[in-house]
Amino acid sequence: MTVRVLDCFAPLAMTRKLVPAIAVVLFANTALAERIFVSNEKDNTITVLDGQSYNVVATVKTGQRPRAILLSVDGKSLYICASDSDEIQVLDLASLKITGKLPSGPDPERFDTSPDGKFLYVANENDNKVSTVDVASAKIVAETPVGIEPEGMAVSPDGKVVVDTTETTSMAHFIDTQTHKVVANVLVDSRPRVAAWTPDGSQVWTSSEVGGTVAVIDAASHKILKKIAFDVPGLTSGHAQPVDIKFTKDGKIAFVALGPANRVAVVDAKTFEVQKYILVGQRVWNMAFTPDQKQLITANGVSNDITIIDVADQKPVKSVPVGRSPWGVVVSP
Amino acid sequence: MGKTCGFWLSVAPVLFSTALAAAQTVAPAPATIEISYIGLKVDRVLPLSYLDQPPADDGLQGARVALADNQTTGQFLNQSFHLNEAMVPDAAGAVEAFKARVAAGDKLFVTDLPAPMLLQVADLPEAKGVTILDATAEDDALRAESCRRNVLHTSPSRAMLADALMQYMAIKRWSRIALVIGGDPADKLYADAIRNSAHKFRIKIVQEIPWTYDPGSRQTDTGHYAVEAEVAHVTQGIGDYDLLVVADEADNFGDDLGYRTTDPRPVAGTQGMVPTAWARPFDQWAATQLQSRFLKTTGRWMTSNDYGAWLAVRAVGEAAAQGQTTDAGQIGQFMRGKDFDLAGFKGTKLTFRDWDGQLREPLLLADARSLISVSPQPGFLHQFSELDTLGVDRPETKCRM
Repeated sequence: MTVRVLDCFAPLAMTRKLVPAIAVVLFANTALAERIFVSNEKDNTITVLDGQSYNVVATVKTGQRPRAILLSVDGKSLYICASDSDEIQVLDLASLKITGKLPSGPDPERFDTSPDGKFLYVANENDNKVSTVDVASAKIVAETPVGIEPEGMAVSPDGKVVVDTTETTSMAHFIDTQTHKVVANVLVDSRPRVAAWTPDGSQVWTSSEVGGTVAVIDAASHKILKKIAFDVPGLTSGHAQPVDIKFTKDGKIAFVALGPANRVAVVDAKTFEVQKYILVGQRVWNMAFTPDQKQLITANGVSNDITIIDVADQKPVKSVPVGRSPWGVVVSP
Repeated sequence: MGKTCGFWLSVAPVLFSTALAAAQTVAPAPATIEISYIGLKVDRVLPLSYLDQPPADDGLQGARVALADNQTTGQFLNQSFHLNEAMVPDAAGAVEAFKARVAAGDKLFVTDLPAPMLLQVADLPEAKGVTILDATAEDDALRAESCRRNVLHTSPSRAMLADALMQYMAIKRWSRIALVIGGDPADKLYADAIRNSAHKFRIKIVQEIPWTYDPGSRQTDTGHYAVEAEVAHVTQGIGDYDLLVVADEADNFGDDLGYRTTDPRPVAGTQGMVPTAWARPFDQWAATQLQSRFLKTTGRWMTSNDYGAWLAVRAVGEAAAQGQTTDAGQIGQFMRGKDFDLAGFKGTKLTFRDWDGQLREPLLLADARSLISVSPQPGFLHQFSELDTLGVDRPETKCRM
């Protein structure tokens, strides 16, 4: 892999050129505030890295088996699925202290937030349920039975539908957030892991880890429009096991993490063609954009590091060691 | 259309339209798919190790856990599954149970029967057109000259197990083994598989040691002296070897070999580092989920036989879901087809070989406490599927269906 230190001053130079008078102040603010959070499944910790230098600035102890992590809508907290502690922990981002907890139902693995931040929708992997958590009252207000090993959770941009994938049942379940009822089940290829809405809310993409495909589902008709396969040069087909999916804000490009293929696929989100494979660390599962979407950070579960990808260049820039079995990653502005 | 493209089902359409809601209220009761499990009741003898007491419901619990998995998926597809369990005392009992279930209309069977009994059942006139999923018999003959069109195997063959071990030796560059062979007929078959595989991977068997020693009440006080002396004695003067491979399928003596050999050599085979479909230390590819689900439901750890039965019942469930059918005949056809695949917590698709009905699957190499490796090993390439580097491949098969 080509590794070079990210040119930290490139954004500064660009900003100066545009708005010379306030550039330094703006840059200083974002530079100080932007932080990367990585959940280390086998260490029971969150590694906190500076978003510019990629230095580790803190390691926070969490509950047992931290997996999915999520930024609160107000940007003040990080929610942590402490799977084996059967709860969601709330990390205060100002103090970097765990200041509270939310009920999650048993074995929370992945979750998503309503756009207004009032509810969390949690996949209870060992219990075949999706729990709806009211954040203000810290109560579970609804439980929706789904298939076996619920995992992927994605709330539509308008907040009306949450999609849950179930790994052993191999379905995407569309759940109405008003009634908490399943309105449609879409059978996809084996072991669906992640669901992601396109930014315009017209499609849901789900990744099938064992099936090796990403299904593009029309959100209105619940019909599968396309199954995207991954043919990584030099690897046999079984190695490409898609997990996380991230869209650029303009909806043009999807990045798909391919697990033990150690690569992130770049997919044209309109034509569904795979354009490129970017080599990253080992067993890449989950990813996060920086707020400006100039970088994409990948959590690499076997090599115990994160890789920073330059989104414009579509190239890896740097890998940084974190804890053991890094699972989820979030960047806070 | 692909096997799942465009497939969707409204489960709670009441939200969208009253017309659909009405449709839901008159939806037919779920069609029930009958699966019959026939297992031989064996008088379990205590194994050598006091630690592992043989479960009386070995295999059967795997089928039960898979049934629950099928039901959960089935509820979204208007499919229901039912498991008929028959534990039989002998071959006559197996034949009787099989005939009774066929008479009741069943076409999908999961068996935990030794090879001769399995063949006796599969060759019955009543067995024409049924699908028998053999969950536990590892005999290579069942995939070769004794293969049957109506039998599929979710248990690995001895050839696959031996290849899993020999591939690992090859990548470790261990090239010489001594082979200790127990007195049971099954041990001879295991040794045959090791010999074939060693030849295939160019590993030399420097000496074969028939194990004839019967330690009697070796667990009485000071019995360990005699065992240690015997193992040291039979492993003397072997010459240069890397690994002591043991063929002792019934756990009669294999656990007594390690640390007692004259030259310090690791033990592998039926004991020590064991090639197997399932093992307690295995937690990769979300196997933790199945391990904990099994433990929670049954109160004990999952065995390889349980896993074989789990795969068999899950194969029925997946064929019904992916093939969108509740017809037992069609389910049997679908699982043999190219659109079928099964997720078995091994990180890859599991499918049936069309030349001998064997399920392709990665195999584990594990000891009691740790997962050592998973075969096929990296670098053993194949033009169609790397999984076909384990066991008997299409060009070599002696199966003529």
